[in-house]
Amino acid sequence: MMTPQSEAELADIIAGANGPLCIEGGGTRGIEVPGERLRTGGLSGVTLYEPGALTLVVQAGTPVAEIEALLATENQRLAFEPVDFRSSLGTGGEPTIGGVVATNASGPRRIQGGAARDFLLGVRFVNGRGEVLRNGGRVMKNVTGYDLVKLMAGSHGTLGVLTEVALKVLPRSETEATLAVEEIDLAAGIACLSAALGSPFDVTGAAYDPNAQRAYVRLEGFEASVAYRAKALREQLGRYGAVTEVSGSGELWRGLRDLHDFAGLEGDIWRVSVKPTDAVELIPTLGATRCLCDWGGGLVWALMPEGVDLRQRMTVPGHATLIRSVAGTSVPRHHPESAPLAAISAGLRRQFDPRHILNTGLMG
Amino acid sequence: MEMPSPNVAILARKDELLRQLQRVLPADAIISDVAETRAYECDALTAYKCPPMLAVLPRSTQEVAEVLRICHAMGVPVVPRGAGTSLAGGALPTADCVILGVARMNEVLETDYDNRIIRVQSGRTNLSVSGAVEEEDFFYAPDPSSQLACAIAGNIAMNSGGAHCLKYGVTTNNLLGVTLVMMDGTVVEIGGAHLDAGGLDLLGVICGSEGQLGVVTEATLRILRKPEGARPVLIAFDSNEVAGACVSDIIKAGVLPVAIEFMDRPCIEACEAFAKAGYPMCEALLIVEVEGSEAEITHQLGLITEIARRHNPVELREAGDADEAARIWLGRKSAFGAMGQINDYMCLDGTIPVSALPQVLRRIEEMSAEFGLKVANVFHAGDGNMHPLILFDANKPGDLELCEALGAEILKLCVEVGGCLTGEHGVGIEKRDLMLHQYEAADIEAQLWVKDVFDPKWLLNPAKVFPLSSTESRRTVCLAAE
Repeated sequence: MMTPQSEAELADIIAGANGPLCIEGGGTRGIEVPGERLRTGGLSGVTLYEPGALTLVVQAGTPVAEIEALLATENQRLAFEPVDFRSSLGTGGEPTIGGVVATNASGPRRIQGGAARDFLLGVRFVNGRGEVLRNGGRVMKNVTGYDLVKLMAGSHGTLGVLTEVALKVLPRSETEATLAVEEIDLAAGIACLSAALGSPFDVTGAAYDPNAQRAYVRLEGFEASVAYRAKALREQLGRYGAVTEVSGSGELWRGLRDLHDFAGLEGDIWRVSVKPTDAVELIPTLGATRCLCDWGGGLVWALMPEGVDLRQRMTVPGHATLIRSVAGTSVPRHHPESAPLAAISAGLRRQFDPRHILNTGLMG
Repeated sequence: MEMPSPNVAILARKDELLRQLQRVLPADAIISDVAETRAYECDALTAYKCPPMLAVLPRSTQEVAEVLRICHAMGVPVVPRGAGTSLAGGALPTADCVILGVARMNEVLETDYDNRIIRVQSGRTNLSVSGAVEEEDFFYAPDPSSQLACAIAGNIAMNSGGAHCLKYGVTTNNLLGVTLVMMDGTVVEIGGAHLDAGGLDLLGVICGSEGQLGVVTEATLRILRKPEGARPVLIAFDSNEVAGACVSDIIKAGVLPVAIEFMDRPCIEACEAFAKAGYPMCEALLIVEVEGSEAEITHQLGLITEIARRHNPVELREAGDADEAARIWLGRKSAFGAMGQINDYMCLDGTIPVSALPQVLRRIEEMSAEFGLKVANVFHAGDGNMHPLILFDANKPGDLELCEALGAEILKLCVEVGGCLTGEHGVGIEKRDLMLHQYEAADIEAQLWVKDVFDPKWLLNPAKVFPLSSTESRRTVCLAAE
């Protein structure tokens, strides 16, 4: 295991590498690719935090928990709610911001506020040639040249190893409330979420739990505003079923975000991205042991029997990622791309990592 | 601004190209008459003009693919064009290029309120996307000030922003999918109605690539339900520093207005003379707009005015009704027209960290005196996106060059304080030669790799975005190969 303590050291390691490298942030994803392990944990610390400009620049190996604690002192937060996979995957380690960005790991608020990639303002990284590169910056609006910032978000370490990221942060809301619509089936549940998201009441979370037959809608903001919107939504959603207000809203959404219900259950965990209303057609065809819908139905988590390729059962457009599987499975982790897109992706990987040493084979 | 000289070998094959294009396009979709091609000689950066060799106006993805396939095979450069409203020269032709205009592709293909998306052809104008969903009380959020005329294709190419992106984000945050035609004619679908595209974020890199990676013919856009209401407040200060501090305090307090607009004295004076909005004469004006229900608006404005009062404003004016709200916005919305009345002007869009605002405004004032050209500032303060308007006289010899030189100095200043050259207009030809002030040569090279993958022959809008010297070998090697 190599844990470089500086960007320069990291660049030297990559430039001098003779074989593949397995790139890790905090190692919470349980990724198995060939090669020597290279951890970014040594690159840790806050470079700049300007609350009045909603800007945070941190080194990639900085623990997410540290960042969240810092932001809390100024009543701010990472608005995309990074997912913590440790309980559902049964892994250890400490989530790092670099890992979050590299996997574009976004939680429930993604449906309203955007994903990690939408809050990423700038990156520094070392590519597979061992060169230190920079793109974007620290300002909110930047269209200077190509947006490699987005390309790096969600590239799973295959184009380069992140060393520093600049993020837009947002104010923490004064309060939050969650409405639950009880005893509601899948079709009505998703319709209910569509209605809530299509309302003017700024819903920041919209999930459906098929197991509990319950739909959840979250509101955040100033106390009086949340109370007003909760009342208005209650009336509007009443036609779908009995509406109650959930106590412990924060804990509920952490559980939904981190998939607490899947913890300890046997099977493969899949993450499926579809058009929200397509969840209604998708879920019954999967034969899943357990499902959970977030993002108004646009994100379906499915617990499947081990070794089953969920993609073969998909009858709607979208894509599926295998998040947790038995060791040595032949099912690819990432959704195969169409031939022209696969050619573009392979071309980009060839440019940024010509020796094909960074997380080799992870994305294709 | 220098442009590469046209390739005579390509010009010599104009007739052959025309014959081939006539096989795949109806006659009215091809403009080859020299006088008529002049309609495409420039975009909104009117200081630079050059009629293209030909212009084509396809009506479908299929036709776009045919055109590109032919140009690719013959080695002819193609400059894609939305509505031609680029302020950066993004659609400026070269004499040996084909202009590919998407203006005739303006249909709405699908609206889906349950999934909050609209799919349109890319030639549709920005405002008419919102217009198509207005009856259901929905809207498309990015609102560049040219929204009446500008096309979604250009918005995607430049990753356009607008006054309201503090809350709603820019184009890239509201784009879910595209149909992209590659230079060799291959049609690819990227993203779609689902939220996250699988694989690498190709959608993210296509948005803002200034028409250099492919031609977007269709787009899936996120639409949002309109808020119940919106209302602005106008706050006047006797110093830029204090106004800047007020902006920062509003943001820190946890209120997230949809817009915070900032105007300095030269801008206030010009707008007042032009639009007579009744603005107080002061050093700095803020217009802050919030959204929500009546009670929510009152609550947020209460917080904002409380913060503003701590900074001793010269005046604080809340809009009592729709009429007063319109008056508050009137001067701001006529800022560009007001400048046009006084003189020719060049509008920049460098972005800075909000904290650097007072320092940058002071320095711009000094530079304005040094160059002897007036500069008015109006900008989106919440996200640091400046809009310095440099006034000059196009009929006075040397004035344009002087204006460009001052513009370059202002943009370098933006980079020095931690900002960037362009926040929403794009690089085009205007800021192309300043790119090395923001990026190291290696950072530029990494961007060129991306174009190498999408357009290996370097035929799509090749003379834009990057300094010509950085791209010369790629452009000439490809020409020599023909």
